[in-house]
Amino acid sequence: MRWNRIFALSLRHVYLIKGSFPRILDLIYWPTIQIFLWGFISKFFTLSSTYYENTVGVILSAAILYDFLFRSSISYNMMFLEEIWSRNFTNLFIAPIKLSEIIAALTFTAIFRTLVGLVPAAFLAIPFFGVSIYKIGMPLIFLLLTLYIFGVTLGLLVTAGLVRFGPSFENIAWASLFFLAPLGCIYYPIEILPEWLQFIAKLLPLVHIFEEMRNILIYGIINYSQILKAIIISFIYFSFGVIIFYLSYNGAKDRGTLINMGE
Amino acid sequence: MKLEVKNLSKKFNSTIAVDNISFIIEKNKTLGLLGPNGCGKTTSIGMMLGLITPTSGQIFIDGIPLDAINRIKLLRFMNFASPYIELPKKLTVKQNLEVYARLYGVKKFNQRIDEMVLDLNLHNFLNKKTGELSSGQKNRVALAKSLINKPKLLFLDEPTASLDPDVGDFVREYIENYKKKNELTILLASHNMNEVKRLCNKVIMMKQGSIVDSGTCDELIKKHGRKNLEDTFLKIARSDNEME
Repeated sequence: MRWNRIFALSLRHVYLIKGSFPRILDLIYWPTIQIFLWGFISKFFTLSSTYYENTVGVILSAAILYDFLFRSSISYNMMFLEEIWSRNFTNLFIAPIKLSEIIAALTFTAIFRTLVGLVPAAFLAIPFFGVSIYKIGMPLIFLLLTLYIFGVTLGLLVTAGLVRFGPSFENIAWASLFFLAPLGCIYYPIEILPEWLQFIAKLLPLVHIFEEMRNILIYGIINYSQILKAIIISFIYFSFGVIIFYLSYNGAKDRGTLINMGE
Repeated sequence: MKLEVKNLSKKFNSTIAVDNISFIIEKNKTLGLLGPNGCGKTTSIGMMLGLITPTSGQIFIDGIPLDAINRIKLLRFMNFASPYIELPKKLTVKQNLEVYARLYGVKKFNQRIDEMVLDLNLHNFLNKKTGELSSGQKNRVALAKSLINKPKLLFLDEPTASLDPDVGDFVREYIENYKKKNELTILLASHNMNEVKRLCNKVIMMKQGSIVDSGTCDELIKKHGRKNLEDTFLKIARSDNEME
């Protein structure tokens, strides 16, 4: 992998964001709305639920972490879709850039896009609702890392679909995360799910991440083996995502769909 | 760079898009790829750029096979321009050129961009967003992008399509002059017969995925007993599977 090529492709997306005020606004707007919506819901539950009575902001912290996952995945998809919308796909794929470098560039730029939106919103939660996700402490870094890897994995799978099926796969890009959200046990403990769904849910890293977040915030217990499990599961899915992306790319080369792919 | 295509075929399901074509473009020469719409020109170019996997056959560039192992190495010396693909519309001309210069690993890329700006008169709209340019301006920017890495092998797909005669002539003259000063092999797909006659050392005629004729423009005109290349093209395109 060549860093200069990864940097060049990342630069293309940085220029795109930097040059467009509506794009910057869009990045900040949705996380902020989420924070306020879940901030008020969180406040209500804290006052009315015995489960949450001692811990202010568990739901809001979950919302912030879920939004981080959502933004990571959407950012990854958006950058790939930008290439399709701008009909730049052919130029990109005839440049001397490896597929692994494209994946790396999108992965690194996705974190930039995600943080631009989420960091200001997370800080807003402190004065408005008295909630700081930074209270999670050191494990927060690992939880965010795991969420990020899984978010990028979902982005990879969707972009594989875009390469395989073309721009018509775009709608799936937006729907992909909502499909997994009920199984992620973001706002409720896993015991709420029927037993057979619990089994499936445990195969996803989300359950382990959000269970751990609740354990830390409600009981003050840090279980590093749970965090490690979530990281390992995320990496397995990531490897799977990379394989699918490569297969999809080779399939597209075989079908001749890489040339002239556009809106 | 010398381009050699050997028994190249591409089949999409039951449709044969390219049927066993072979040809050579010698170093520093320009080959015209002619044929009616849907004859397999774009598919052939796609295979030569490594964007489409051939069903069978091989492509060699300076004797090196264009395969998964060598593709990235070879792409550094190649480039492509076509009015059917675009550069990111929301980036300025300068930003686009910088991104592609970096992607191609151009050393002293600012100096190279300055050269392209001067050569192709891009200075008036260098800081304008690419999506806001006229067709003629976009075309010149696309040409600048395709030459940013000083390619040794250039693929041009209808480079002057939809341009007014003045800009079209500017582009043709620029390519002609650029070739005189630089080592460059070109494969030109075009429907503009005057352009082909002006720029190409040799042409190949494709029809239904196969090469049906080849030679210099004058040779083909003479061989088919026509007055010009356009009439020759029409004769070949309209003949019923005539294999020369």
